[in-house]
Amino acid sequence: MLYQQIQNNKRKTVLLVVLFSVLVLVVGWAIGYLFNNDWVSGIVITLIVLAIYIPITLKTAGSQVLNMSGSKEIQREDHPQLFGVVEELSLAARIPMPKVYIVNDPAPNAFATGIKPEKGAVAFTTGLLDRLNREELSGVAAHEISHIRNYDIRLMTISVALVGVIVLIANIGSRMMLFGGGRRGGNNKNNNPIVMILAIVLVILAPLAAQFAKLAVSRNREYLADASAVELTRNPKGLINALTKISQDPNEVKDAKEATASMYISYPFKKKRKKNSALWSTHPPMESRIEQLQNM
Amino acid sequence: MVLTIIVIAIIAIIAIFLITMYNGLVKLRNWVQEAWSQIDVQLKRRHDLIPNLVNTVKGYAEHERETLESVVEARSQLVNGTPQERIDADNQIEGALKSVFALSESYPDLKANQNFLNLQEELTTTENKVAYSRQLYNKTVADYNIKLQSFPTNILAGMFNFKQEDLLSVPEEDREVPDVSF
Repeated sequence: MLYQQIQNNKRKTVLLVVLFSVLVLVVGWAIGYLFNNDWVSGIVITLIVLAIYIPITLKTAGSQVLNMSGSKEIQREDHPQLFGVVEELSLAARIPMPKVYIVNDPAPNAFATGIKPEKGAVAFTTGLLDRLNREELSGVAAHEISHIRNYDIRLMTISVALVGVIVLIANIGSRMMLFGGGRRGGNNKNNNPIVMILAIVLVILAPLAAQFAKLAVSRNREYLADASAVELTRNPKGLINALTKISQDPNEVKDAKEATASMYISYPFKKKRKKNSALWSTHPPMESRIEQLQNM
Repeated sequence: MVLTIIVIAIIAIIAIFLITMYNGLVKLRNWVQEAWSQIDVQLKRRHDLIPNLVNTVKGYAEHERETLESVVEARSQLVNGTPQERIDADNQIEGALKSVFALSESYPDLKANQNFLNLQEELTTTENKVAYSRQLYNKTVADYNIKLQSFPTNILAGMFNFKQEDLLSVPEEDREVPDVSF
């Protein structure tokens, strides 16, 4: 059951990333078709933008989140138990010991960052440390370490970059449409009107679709991290109790930003969550996460 | 001419295939060793922590000689013997340490002693590390053994004398759900 779930989640993520990449290329094609009247120029430009954009995002992503969240790195003496728990689980996951950070905030939450395991870092709020016992803390730490081991942060960073590229290109596209920039000299004669309309619709809808895809990847990765956490600790109870405690707490994380919200173990803006529909959320509903854990 | 090229190509493909297979086995075998060395480190760490614990507890609970002696007895086994013997000693200590930590309930001074609390946390984390490394060790050994027994790797493994590794087993009484009575 557990391994099956892990396999399932991995497959879904691959599917979503493929869909994502197709979306990016299709938008590139649509723009090229609309303004250059050929099939390849737009795709080539998109690929060039991607080749520049993605490495830059990957380079800067890790440290940004840590800086934005207001977290402080700790040493073993500052919190021997937390340090021990993280050490235990990185041993089980066969990854280098990540850096450990504490965020001074009463809302119980945690997040992980690091494009690759060698640069991993995990952060816990003081609210979380005050409220959870050792077993529950192990569950949360295992979830965060799984994010690092599964390369989730890299995946999420790439999806964020892809969304950025789609929004950027689509923006340029719609602007050009508004001001009629591309339609000069009657070289649109050969254009098929149906394909034209399709291309226009694509440029308008693609940013939206990209957002959905990004959020779907994010939700999937939460399930996967929950499942891998249990694979590490062999103890679903700790994580179930921790998630229950976290979801029952009304506090919001002060320093969380909309851009970093998907990084946390639980959505940091509790009040907003109720208004958001399932499609727009970064995390799966807590009830279904707990239910999946109980089925392991 | 064409035939020679085809023959060379086939030989090259087979060679690459064999090399990959061989290297895969070597990698897994090294991982097994690495996983064991993790356990080794933690067992030694436990071995070193125990005298401190015994000294701390002694001052407060002179009468509990028996409990402490059982810990000390198993201690030397942690660093000597076959892997399975050392793991068995560790399980024995795990049980004995539980009674030592339970002792603190009847000695309020001991329970409040910072040194004791630190040792308790250190021994707990060390024990967890042994447990997690054991889990990793068994998983790695299983991966290695599966590879060793599967066709066609088993032929290569036989030729180069790759041997099966043993899984670390857990004593029978640990597998049972503990009896809790009130």
